[in-house]
Amino acid sequence: MSIFTNALSIAWKDLYSEWKTRQVLTTMIIFAGLVIVVCSFAFDPTNNTTKAVIPGAIWIIIVFSGILGLNRSFVSEQKNDNMHALLTAPLDAASIYLGKFLANFIMLLIVEIVAIPFLFLLFDFREMGSFPYFILVLFIGSFGFVAIGTFLAALAANSRSSEMLLPIMLFPLVSPILIGAVQATKIILTNIDKLPNAISWIQLIGGYNVIFFVLCVLLFEYVLEV
Amino acid sequence: MKTTLNLEQEPFTKLKDSLVHRVLVWATIISILTSFYLIFIYAPLETTMREVQKIFYIHVSSAWVAFLAFFVVFVLSIMYLVTRKRIYDIYAGISAEIGVVFTTIVMTTGPIWARSSWNTWWAWEPRLTTSLILWFIYLAYIMIRQMDGAWDKKARLSAVFGIIGFIDVPIVFMAIRWWQSKFHPIVFGDGPSQKGGGVEPEMLVALITMTISFTLLYVVLLQKGVYLEKAKITVENWKEKLREKLVG
Repeated sequence: MSIFTNALSIAWKDLYSEWKTRQVLTTMIIFAGLVIVVCSFAFDPTNNTTKAVIPGAIWIIIVFSGILGLNRSFVSEQKNDNMHALLTAPLDAASIYLGKFLANFIMLLIVEIVAIPFLFLLFDFREMGSFPYFILVLFIGSFGFVAIGTFLAALAANSRSSEMLLPIMLFPLVSPILIGAVQATKIILTNIDKLPNAISWIQLIGGYNVIFFVLCVLLFEYVLEV
Repeated sequence: MKTTLNLEQEPFTKLKDSLVHRVLVWATIISILTSFYLIFIYAPLETTMREVQKIFYIHVSSAWVAFLAFFVVFVLSIMYLVTRKRIYDIYAGISAEIGVVFTTIVMTTGPIWARSSWNTWWAWEPRLTTSLILWFIYLAYIMIRQMDGAWDKKARLSAVFGIIGFIDVPIVFMAIRWWQSKFHPIVFGDGPSQKGGGVEPEMLVALITMTISFTLLYVVLLQKGVYLEKAKITVENWKEKLREKLVG
């Protein structure tokens, strides 16, 4: 049980220092806003194409602003050699992973809560097939993205050019989540009659999440070794 | 400097002195020539695609070698993490490089064939997209190996990524298969939904021979690559010793 309490205290530490500095979260939200603006230039919002573009735009926002937060999550620990302090602390490696994961996940959820209504507003998108399912897809998709993202961020933090390395490792690996999440979001937002298809996509993402979450917890100690 | 190399114990033999290697090189040369004969002269022309279909033999066998190479990376990564022997890491790195080369062959022969059989260079179809993502995953793997720092750190991190990346591949394939599936026929045996295209027995012989010779080529390249890597490490060690001598 102590793994979880340790994880919670690491997550709390991260979120508290984030609350004090508001550095990463502000950047993520501003960046999400900019992605929306870029999307509006790329896909004319006054056009009828909006319907087709919105599900993709949502996930572009999540992925790109998520990457910003993930990049910082372990690099920030290198200041004053915090990483070694974490490693020498009487903690299980898994609890460091879980704590970091939790902090990243909560930050990404906050970004989504701010950015997605903003996107709907600016693109004047009013229809919504099923709200609870929409939340479910967002939740489960972001879960998988952050789970594998936190793991790879820890891996990339070993390199001096971690900002460049992380997206290159992360994007190919999360492609199943992205495909599934975009398809499910599309069905849920615009074509609710096909809900069973969306549910099977959600199941695929769920399976992916379970496999990779377990794998990341198991392999995390190899990433942290000094 | 204590356990930098387990290789130091074994004597450094030149590759051309190794009998196994020489036999393999000749076997590869002969079998590739044989398979070219089988492909271009022995196997019959395909009725609709004519000569273009010949690319099929190289395309499919390169794909096989690429998957084999990545599977080897996966197994060696696990073995490295368990035993921490540098030799497994060297083999894994070389195998990944060869795999990327063969995936590149797949990705270049594929569109050429596709242009004449499907009338399009590229389609976002399961096997194509999976190969593309596979290619990206192992490019990332090679980038991890190019990272700054000590070899054991790089070996550990790339081993972890080699495991995760390989496990990702079937899921990617499944996801894309659900996403859209139109083009690739199931050639061997009858698929549940698609009628199998089937191949002539002569074609099958040519394909199997080509696959075997590419596999042999893979083993030869693996030996050569590992030899080069070992030579590099030996030179590094000598340089290090020389430096210590000059300083001390």
